Amino acid sequence: MSEVLERVTKIIVDRLGVDESKVTLEATFKDDLGADSLDVVELVMELEDEFGLQFSDEDSEKILTVGNAVDYINSKL
Amino acid sequence: MTFSLKGKTFVIMGIANKRSIGWGIARSLHNAGAQLIFTYNRDRMEKNVRDLAEGLEGETPLVLQCDVSNDESIQSFFHAVKEKVGVIHGIAHCVAFANREDLEGEFVDTSREGFLLAHNVSSYSLTAVAREARPLMTEGGSIITITYLGGERVVRNYNVMGVAKASLEANVKYLANDLGKDGIRVNAISAGPIRTLSAKGIRDFNSVLNEIEERAPLRRSVTAEEVGDTALFLLSDLSRGVTGENIHVDSGFHIISI
Repeated sequence: MSEVLERVTKIIVDRLGVDESKVTLEATFKDDLGADSLDVVELVMELEDEFGLQFSDEDSEKILTVGNAVDYINSKL
Repeated sequence: MTFSLKGKTFVIMGIANKRSIGWGIARSLHNAGAQLIFTYNRDRMEKNVRDLAEGLEGETPLVLQCDVSNDESIQSFFHAVKEKVGVIHGIAHCVAFANREDLEGEFVDTSREGFLLAHNVSSYSLTAVAREARPLMTEGGSIITITYLGGERVVRNYNVMGVAKASLEANVKYLANDLGKDGIRVNAISAGPIRTLSAKGIRDFNSVLNEIEERAPLRRSVTAEEVGDTALFLLSDLSRGVTGENIHVDSGFHIISI
């Protein structure tokens, strides 16, 4: 498991209270992990802090799955 | 004149999570020895608020539901507060809401429904809360609310929330005049942009923050703790001669033009 995925997974488990096994690259935040729109905003803020990045609104809107988030972070680091 | 808030009770409305301005205020008041009561609106926020309350050292704040868009909910909240603590000394009203689609594009496109929703939750709620709190503030007190420069001047994408904040700022003045005879002061803090859950609902918020860091006299954004310490001043006797005021805690950005 990549280091980025590990850190992203920890934040998701923490924020959404889901089981770690559900956090796969293909999992969607809304349908698979049960996040509502406020959860998604909170997650983006946690990820911004964790990785010292700013996610633009346009980019945030394209992040639908855990894999999308990991790819986006990797492209910015 | 006393600076300590020991033996005094304050209600803080509008804590959503650890980044909330309300939480910054809570910590400042808690450190000054105040007893606190937190409210949450929807059930999804309850756990967050309870976890924060339980994380404070010493006495754990009461946590009660209050939907500020509903008069009955406000009444039953203050009824419960009266039963549990009797007298309160102040309120920090840190509540606002607008539909996300009304926080981008052009203000002129705001629907009637979106306009009323923003004004109902973000401005009228202060009037309703002040009215119900007044009978519990028998030893005098202080009410504060949080506003933003967008209520005085046009801020990109702030749109209907700016108009609601203008209403809120006028609301503060009229309430200050009504409640002054009961020794209750009403003031606003105009906070600079802070990375809260609500702020992130505003289109392109990161660029607003970047601009503050370049152009504000202090060349940095402010923190919820800094707003909290000004709230501590306004809620304590240190500010006993101040009412109807709006203090800008914004690194001085409000004085800047081109």
